[in-house]
Amino acid sequence: MLDEGDHLVIGDHKLTSRLIIGTGGAGNLSVLERSLVASGTELTTVAMRRADAEGGSGVLELLRRLGITLLPNTAGCRSAAEAVLTARLAREALETDLIKLEVHADDRTLLPDPFETLDAAEALVADGFTVLAYTNDDPVLALRLEEAGCAAVMPLGAPIGTGLGIRNPHNIELIVSRAGVPIILDAGIGTASDATLAMELGCDAVLLSTAVTRAQDPEGMASAMRAAVTAGRLARASGRIPQRFWAQASSPPR
Amino acid sequence: MHIHINGAEREFPDGSTVADLLTALDTPRQGVAVALDGEVVRRADWPVAVVSDGARLEILTAVQGG
Repeated sequence: MLDEGDHLVIGDHKLTSRLIIGTGGAGNLSVLERSLVASGTELTTVAMRRADAEGGSGVLELLRRLGITLLPNTAGCRSAAEAVLTARLAREALETDLIKLEVHADDRTLLPDPFETLDAAEALVADGFTVLAYTNDDPVLALRLEEAGCAAVMPLGAPIGTGLGIRNPHNIELIVSRAGVPIILDAGIGTASDATLAMELGCDAVLLSTAVTRAQDPEGMASAMRAAVTAGRLARASGRIPQRFWAQASSPPR
Repeated sequence: MHIHINGAEREFPDGSTVADLLTALDTPRQGVAVALDGEVVRRADWPVAVVSDGARLEILTAVQGG
């Protein structure tokens, strides 16, 4: 069983919900609001863009009204230098030390650039940030990011927006087995069973965006994801039965 | 003088500060941050940070994403 006080702790931040939601792709703010409420999330990402760009209005106000902690990201950055500047601007604009570090290698895969990500992580940790680092499902790099001082490591299940689920569950298990900081499955979640699997594999939380915002019924899918993360967490803590090749009767023999 | 703001060139009086520029652009003060030639200008410094000719200013805010 889980303890009463089963919290997700990231740096100085303590959360009850283990579902982190991204706001990208939401059709409008009222659908987003209903989805966020249904998800039970306490931590939600925002991107940083030029102030004259469209789409800036309202999301901050909405998150503050719902009492949801902001997690700014560095999405769109291609180099460590760009990510560090974006993080510093996010800290100044939003008055938070939290940053979801993401440095994408190219537009087609949106895969994280491991070298730039590690460089940026080191610089941001030295600058006092609480860094949550988006990374490949690479167990070696995950350890390196932890050693660099990241407060959480966020391996992908599959590339952003693909909904392909967790392509390499064994790598996620390897990452979890050696981690000393929270591991948050980020990207690739398509449906509720993917989120449950992430938690069953031992992840501490799940971050998803498109799976909810682009679902036919975002609010319904947000509820499903909330239940899925809770189910996976409980199953992990409760100890699943070993898998067997042959049947084993559950009724007593005659 | 010419200032590059978010990639577009604009004309401002000599001696303008970051705060003057934000006022001229009618930019909301909450939830934004400013970088001048690649360095963050702290909010408290906006009224005193003088922008020079040819400077590059980036004004960022939070939007839906991630």
